[in-house]
Formats: sequence, C-alpha cells, structure tokens
Amino acid sequence: MNANVGIVIVSHSPDVARGAADMVRQMVGDDVPLAWCGGAPGGGLGTNVEEILAAINRAWSDAGVAVLVDLGGAETNSEMAIELLPDSRQTRVVVCNAPIVEGAVMAATEASAGSSLEEVRRTAEELKPA
Amino acid sequence: MTQNAKGVVRVLHEVGLHARPSVRLTQLAKSFSSRIEFGPSDEGPWTDVKSIVKVMKTKTPKDALLHFRAEGTDAQAAVSALIALVERDFETET
Repeated sequence: MNANVGIVIVSHSPDVARGAADMVRQMVGDDVPLAWCGGAPGGGLGTNVEEILAAINRAWSDAGVAVLVDLGGAETNSEMAIELLPDSRQTRVVVCNAPIVEGAVMAATEASAGSSLEEVRRTAEELKPA
Repeated sequence: MTQNAKGVVRVLHEVGLHARPSVRLTQLAKSFSSRIEFGPSDEGPWTDVKSIVKVMKTKTPKDALLHFRAEGTDAQAAVSALIALVERDFETET
C-alpha cells in the first residue's frame, strides 16, 4: 500500500490524459499512484463516469486521491464518479481547481513528499498563470 | 539541536530552474525537516525551496547563483545535499 496521495488525470482527450501522465512519471517519478482516463467509449472526445471511477480506484491510496480535470464534463463527471464511491472513500477524493497538465505535475511533486491530500490540493491550486 | 547553515552554488543546467530541476530540488528539500530557502543574493528575497510552485516562479536562469539558507536539526546536511544536486546537474543519485 502506497502512503502517498494518488493522482488521477481526466481529459476529454485520451492523448492529453496520457501525455500529462507521462510528464508526471518522467518528471516526478514512480512514488505516486497515478491513473488517467479520457475519450468517449466509442472513440472521439469525451469523459465518462465509469472510467473515471475505475481510474480513481486504480490510483487509490488511503491518503486520498487528487483529480485533475480539463473542461466542463470532465469536472461534473468526476464529481459524479466520486459520489459513486463508498462513503468512506468519498471524503478522501478532491477535484483540484487547477490547469490539468501543470496541476498534475505540481500535485504529484507535493504528493511524492508524503504530503496530505489538502496540501496536495493547495499546491495544485496555488499555480496561477503569472 | 537547531543548526543554521548557508551555502552558495551556481546553476549550470542549460535551461536553469525549469520544470524538472525544480521538481528534483523541491523533492530533495522535502526530505529534510529544516526550513530551507534560497535567494539570488545572501540578502534574499527568499523562496521556500519546499514549495514547487514558488521555486518555479523564480524562473532562475542558467548561471544564476543560488544562495541557500536553512534552519533546523538537519540544516547542514540539507544545504550540502541541495548544493550537491545542483552541482551534478539535477541528476538523481545512482
């Protein structure tokens, strides 16, 4: 069991989600549970609740999971996915209000040091365009 | 016992403190309990090395000097380790 907060990347585009996850792995390393999802079930752009739920479970950590999203549906579907988790897990997942790529790298950097879910979220959200 | 430590190093990395070097610096800093800061001179302005966002915001370029200062029980070890990381061009120790 990994004690570090997990990171989930949810984009409308599987390429964006996979690319952001690659950046996290190469820049931050393997100390953080990481999962991504994106794209509509039949191909094309989109997000769906089941895949987000599965990604959260893949990246699960008892320390919690921080979710990075891109636009609109990615956020609302992520919130729906969180509502489908068991009660005991719902309070340990947050959707960060941060840019998806930069936020994922910042959040993972913070998580790799063993920081709490709240610290991870704060670091991701601290990032604002200059 | 609380120590105070200082050190200076020049950034030789081709792109300065960009994304990957900043991540490495922050990760290493967070492995120490001391408060650790760096600045462009020994009078600051000081940046918390444990904050990845603040470190990146400094946009420290190649050839800039990094003045470290630390306070805590492992301050000396922290400054030594961070300077060594910069000197080996932010490569992870093997």
